[in-house]
Formats: sequence, structure tokens, C-alpha cells
Amino acid sequence: MTTFKSVFEQFDWETIKTKIYSTSASDVERSLAKIKRNLDDFLVLISPAAQPYLEQMAQLSHELTKKRFGKTIQMYAPLYLSNECQNICTYCGFSLDNKIKRKTLTDPEIKLEVEALKKAGFDHVLLVTGEANYTVNINYFLNAIEQIKKDFSIISVEVQPLSTEEYTQLHQAGVYSVLVYQETYHKEVYKQYHTKGKKSNFDFRLETPDRVGSAGIHKIGLGVLLGLEDWRTDSFFNALHLDYLQKTYWQTKYTVSFPRLRPAEGVIKPNFIMDDKDLTQLICAYRLWNEDVEISLSTRENEKFRNHIIPIGITSMSAGSKTNPGGYVVDPQSLEQFEISDERSSFEIASIISKSGYEPVWKDWDRTYF
Amino acid sequence: METSLFKIGDKELQSRLFLGTGKFGSNIQMEEAILASGSELVTVALKRVDLETDTDAILSHLKHPGINLLPNTSGARNAKEAVFAAQLAREALETNWLKLEIHPDPRYLLPDPIETLKATEELAKLGFIVLPYIHADPVLCKRLEDVGTAAVMPLGSPIGSNKGLKTIDFLEIIIEQSKVPVIIDAGIGAPSDAAKAMEMGADAVLVNTAIAVAGNPKLMAEAFKEAVIAGRKAYEARLGQQYKHAIASSPLTAFLYE
Repeated sequence: MTTFKSVFEQFDWETIKTKIYSTSASDVERSLAKIKRNLDDFLVLISPAAQPYLEQMAQLSHELTKKRFGKTIQMYAPLYLSNECQNICTYCGFSLDNKIKRKTLTDPEIKLEVEALKKAGFDHVLLVTGEANYTVNINYFLNAIEQIKKDFSIISVEVQPLSTEEYTQLHQAGVYSVLVYQETYHKEVYKQYHTKGKKSNFDFRLETPDRVGSAGIHKIGLGVLLGLEDWRTDSFFNALHLDYLQKTYWQTKYTVSFPRLRPAEGVIKPNFIMDDKDLTQLICAYRLWNEDVEISLSTRENEKFRNHIIPIGITSMSAGSKTNPGGYVVDPQSLEQFEISDERSSFEIASIISKSGYEPVWKDWDRTYF
Repeated sequence: METSLFKIGDKELQSRLFLGTGKFGSNIQMEEAILASGSELVTVALKRVDLETDTDAILSHLKHPGINLLPNTSGARNAKEAVFAAQLAREALETNWLKLEIHPDPRYLLPDPIETLKATEELAKLGFIVLPYIHADPVLCKRLEDVGTAAVMPLGSPIGSNKGLKTIDFLEIIIEQSKVPVIIDAGIGAPSDAAKAMEMGADAVLVNTAIAVAGNPKLMAEAFKEAVIAGRKAYEARLGQQYKHAIASSPLTAFLYE
């Protein structure tokens, strides 16, 4: 099977980086003037040369997003099922070498957590785990999904990379979307951050969205962990990946998110700083290039940024999130994957969305379609 | 003077403007726009409503006398999913009207003609009043008539694009040939597009994005209402033929009458 790997290997990190950093103002103006923009325009729009055009980009992004998605923001919440992990990733709180108490939720514990999410109004849930294939594997996922599928219209998963057969099983069990972030597309740097465990296999992770796509999953989520490497170059590769997937698995929807490295217990600080202006530029560049990709913003970001970014290009937001297994009810003290920044409740966020003139959408799928 | 009534299935409608309910900044705005539009038929995506409660946030804003619900199957990727969803909608919303939408392509939401034809046939047999969303394909329209469609809903341009009647030449053929009502759906970006569709002889138009994301949705809904009425009146009054060139002042055939 041909995968993204064959496309990826045609590109060289340093060449792309040089291209991004040698973009000129006239390149930016030409890209902004276009009606349909391609990947070359995306490269131009994430360059330092495009920063002075940020307000214009934001205005265009606002209009394009409104046209495609209307004045709506989808609401979702993560549900961390486990922090067991056999990988060493130097930026992550769940890393194997981090000597903390490990927890994987049992059926009765999942029930309690789900009740808390339902009380908070959620109908879209994102299941998250580390990578512990012996205990938290396809059987664990299928059991959890069977238990909660009556409670949610959309179930998404962000777990370890699986096989095509396993993704097919998840699809049949009622999983709507699968999120898998490459973290960084810089192959050598990837190895430095992922020193041990199955995750250290760069290519296996790179080809994961192909397996998700061929299993017929409705939506695929991509992203890079911003702060590991130069965000502009990494984002170009992420966009290249998205472009390939959209052409290959054309019946699938796509979403991107932009996790910036957050503090967590026992982990490294970001090597590359991405400030709020940079993140805004990246969101706008995605929208100007790709009018129909969904863009999600998590509670990693602070209140002020989240309040103001609503009309600029995003389409979904999490709220009131806990990033530790049992964090809502069962064991609020267990170890978090990272510290969240926006601690407001789901209803507070919904009211902020409404005040911005947008409708918070809790339900946008029906189990009928499975 | 009122424009003429028209009929879909066994229902007589006065308003020739149908509305979509997505993309509004709030449900209140949606309700105000619908009331201002005078629309009697509004479409609502099954995937957006919670059929298990009686207090769904969208449906509670659509309960007005004279407003009929047209559930749609947006999200269905094939005939099987659409037929299943339709049956669920009929049960829960107590209407056998259905806007059939099958778009396997989530980017441009273009309709799948093969699955749509299949689903229309099946649903018509099950007693549904089917209004399928389709490409502006005159042959497909005739095929849909053959299997019992209640109307056809060809697109003017891609959904949400606000590009207007890009498919105009094919829409003209469809209107000329059709035995069922023709409702132009998708892409109508301005009241002038809606007026143009009505002048051409379309039976109705469906508008969503252009109203929902307008600065003032209620005022835009009124503008569309008036445009649709104006366009229909022009059609009923019989528009003068447009000539590309002036008629020559020394006619070629004048000698015949000398």
C-alpha cells in the first residue's frame, strides 16, 4: 500500500525551512490576493514575512470560517481513561520514567466520569490514554466504548497507533474520529524526544493516518506538538500530510489542533517558543489555505486567548477539561498529562461563545449513521 | 396581489422560500429570521437534533403554526444510511417529508447521484415525500421522477459557497422538462440570485448560509422574502424576451408585405 511516507520522503526539512524564511512581502501579498490557495500559499502565509499582514489574514479567516461553518462552535470534552505508558517521551507527564502513581479506569469508574460529563452538557467525548498495549489495548477500548456509546453522539479517540484491523473494529463499535499527532515531522529530532517504547518508531506513527483512513473512520485529527521544533517548518509538513490524506481518503473529514507544549510534572521546557501572535497566524494560514478543515482549540490555551480567538477561524473547543484519569470525579489528584490553562466550566465557556455571537453546538452527529 | 400557490405532494404552499436552520449565531436569531422570511417549510438536520428529549434546543424554536419541518439526512454517506435515518426522523418528528441529502464528500458536500436515486426509490415506496438534493443534472431529474420523487432540488453552486446560479444552463433545462416542482438549493448567495431563479421559473428556492451568516439575519430574511415574491411575480407576468442586439430598423422581410 502506498502511504504518506512516499510523499514525505520527497521533501527535505532544511530546504522547506529555507523557503519559508526567505519568503518576501510581495509573495505574501500575492497569496492573500488569490481566491483559491494551495500548499505553496500556506507556506508563504506561515512565514515571518506574513506577520505584518496578520489583521488582514484574521479578517479573511473570519469570513471564510463563517461561510463554511456558520457562527457555531462545537463543544467537546476529553475523558482520560489511563495514564499507564510504556514510552519515554521527554515532554510528557505520562512518560514511563516519570515515577508517579499509574491509573486505568475500571467500568464503574468510567461510569462516574461519564455522569460528570453528561451533567456538564457534553455529547461529544474524546477518549485519551497513554500507550500500554498489555493492559490498555483494543479489548479495553471496545469494552469502554460499548459502555459509553449510549451517552454520546460522537466518540473520538486519542490513543496509541493501532492496526488497520483494529481501527475497523473501532469504527464498527461506533468511534467517529481518531486523533493521532505526529508531534514533530523532523525525523532526527523525533528520535531525541521519543527515546524508548513503540512510539520511538517514527515511520509507524507517520503511516497511522493512512491506516485510520483505510478503515473508514469518519474523521481524522492531525497535529504537531508546538515547541519541539521550528513550528513553521513542522506546520508545513503537517499541512502536506493533510493535503495528501484529503486527496487519498476523500470521504473522510479532517481536523487539526495546535497543542503548544505546556508545563507538566518532571518534563522538559519547550525548545522553540510560539507566542500568541504566531499561533493566531497559524490558525489563519490553515483557514486561508483550507476552507473546510476543522480547527480545534483546547484548554491548554489561556482565557484571554480563547475568548478572542472564537471568531477568527476555530470550529471546536473543549471546556472544563481534566487531563488525568479519574480527574472529573474518581481521583482528582491523579497525575495530569499537562497543566490546563483555562479552567472555566463548560457552561461558562458556552456563555462566552454565545456572547461572541456564536452558537455553542453540543450535538452534531447521530448514531443512526453507523 | 398574491403569487400563485404551488403544491408538493398533497401540501399547498404559499411561500416559495424554504429555509435551512444551520449556521445561525443563535437559535433566537434563527427563529426570528424564519418568521421574517414567511417560510412555511424549514429543513433541519437530523444529526443536530436530540430526538430523545422533548426539549431539543433547535426544535423548540421551530414550533410555530404554519411552519412545517423538513428533516434532512445530512451526514449520510450512502443510500442505506439515509433510508435508516429517514425512518428514524419520520418516527420522531411525525412527518413523512424528507430532504434527502447524500454527500460522501465532506469538502464540497456534493451529492452522490447513484445513491440518491437508489434511496429515493426506496423511500418513495415506503411512503415518504422525498425532496432530493442533487446536482443540476437534467437526466437524473427525469430518472428521479420515474421512481416517484415529490420534487427535485438541484444545486445552483456548491453548498455554502454563495456563488449564485453557476449551473444556470442546466437549471433551465431541468425547469423546462420537469413534471415535479423544481426547488433550487445551495449556493444562492444574494436576494438577486433568488429573484433570478424565480424569474427563470423555478418553483421555489432554499436558502441557508446567505441568511444565517448575514450581519442582520432577520433583515436578510425579509430581503429574500421580497426577492422571491418579486421574481415569481415577474415570471407569472411573463418577462419580456431579452435581445442581444437591437432589432434592425430595415427588416429583411419587409419586401414580402409591399
